[in-house]
Amino acid sequence: MSTGTHAGTSRTSTGTSTTVTVPARAAWSAVVPEGGTLTITDLHGNQAVDFLVYDAHDTAVRYSAPDTIHAQGKLFLTTGSVLMSNEHTPLMTVTEDEVGRHDTVGGACSKESNTLRYGHHTWSQHACVDNFLAEGAKYGLGKRDLVSNINWYMNVPVEKDGALGIVDGISAPGLKLTLRAERDVLVLVSNCPQINNPCNGFEPTAVEMTLGAPR
Amino acid sequence: MATATPYGARAHARSQEGTRTEAMPVVPASDWPAPPREAGHLVWAETVAGGNYTHRALARGTELRLTDVTGDACAHLLLYVADRPWERLNVADTVKVQWNAYLGEGQLLLSDQGRVLASVIADSSGRHDALCGTSTLVRNTERYGNGTPQSTSPAGRELFKLAAAKNGLEPRDLPPSLSFFQGVEVREDGSLHFTGSAGEGACVTLRTEQDVTVLIANVPHPADPRTEYVSSPLEVLAWRSEATKPGDPLWEATPEGHRAFLNTAEFLAARGLA
Repeated sequence: MSTGTHAGTSRTSTGTSTTVTVPARAAWSAVVPEGGTLTITDLHGNQAVDFLVYDAHDTAVRYSAPDTIHAQGKLFLTTGSVLMSNEHTPLMTVTEDEVGRHDTVGGACSKESNTLRYGHHTWSQHACVDNFLAEGAKYGLGKRDLVSNINWYMNVPVEKDGALGIVDGISAPGLKLTLRAERDVLVLVSNCPQINNPCNGFEPTAVEMTLGAPR
Repeated sequence: MATATPYGARAHARSQEGTRTEAMPVVPASDWPAPPREAGHLVWAETVAGGNYTHRALARGTELRLTDVTGDACAHLLLYVADRPWERLNVADTVKVQWNAYLGEGQLLLSDQGRVLASVIADSSGRHDALCGTSTLVRNTERYGNGTPQSTSPAGRELFKLAAAKNGLEPRDLPPSLSFFQGVEVREDGSLHFTGSAGEGACVTLRTEQDVTVLIANVPHPADPRTEYVSSPLEVLAWRSEATKPGDPLWEATPEGHRAFLNTAEFLAARGLA
């Protein structure tokens, strides 16, 4: 199991698992082998974790929000949800979820979309797309490899008239979810730095990643 | 007709001239038999067969009208900035920035760079989808027995791969797409409900706000519950018009959209394109 981490992450290992703390605003990545698990813990509550997953051996095959959504007939992710690829094959399965629902629609924040959502004064703020680009580059991935991502712990309801928005979260300190890899996968994470909406309670915090070896 | 020699084969091939079929491009587009009243100079006129695709580079300020001729078309669409394809349709930003999951008149189709690629200037259907994407080889093989381009039930993604390749793009360049003419509603619990077509003759008109490459696959919506592959012709007409400009109602319809138009205008001005 290999992991790429930014400076400042801390790591503890046992015989079968490795735990890494990803600081607020940072990127993180790992290759999770088939059958291996990744547990994400929302240490301080309501911290959005932007997440992309690729077939580790063919990164053209990557998470597809639309395939995941129409395969399960539902927008929200929770226990039992299968993260589908753009070729409609399973990449990972949510095997445990203490929150209840996670977002598939809102995508990643970017410096560019921040100018639309909040104004040009936000341009100098860090954003998830920049994390994905920096972390993805370690694996030869570029801008065209970024697609609509998952936002763990982010709450995006859709009203009857289609009104949609990132609203106050329903997570809490210590809540976690676990994913099982259905094939060897590369996971890219941006611990969301957004400070202009409630996705991080307006104050980004650290999250914890625990990689479990295949049983 | 004898085709045993090049002369015979040439005569046989040339004898096809003037053949009209239900689904074909009309070239020149100005020969299209019944242009809509609002149409300017037609630059593209085509009927796309069910289970087929098309693509075109369109100048900024082109109006692109899609029509569901008999009620079972579904126009899956991707947009790229012409010659800079790394800037492309971003469905997540499109719905998030505009605070709405549904596509319709007045919505902007946004790129990942905070700019407008096209705007929806007319819509008589109201049945569209930005959530479910298009169909795949795997899924169509499960549902219809096949999903390859040469089959009778081609998958949208397989057709997009071909359209992309003809524009120098690869499967990696295919992000989630959106679709027109087959609706999906979201319930409070996040579940999706297929509402299908608004019926024959429904139209959507897009206005390009930058020079774009458009890819269109006309295939059944992936959530279409029918067991048969049902896909009817899609009419595509495009004509020269003008991009949205200051003073147009759409320019300042929303603060987010206004900033997207400003970003677009500034980008084009800096490049000397507008």
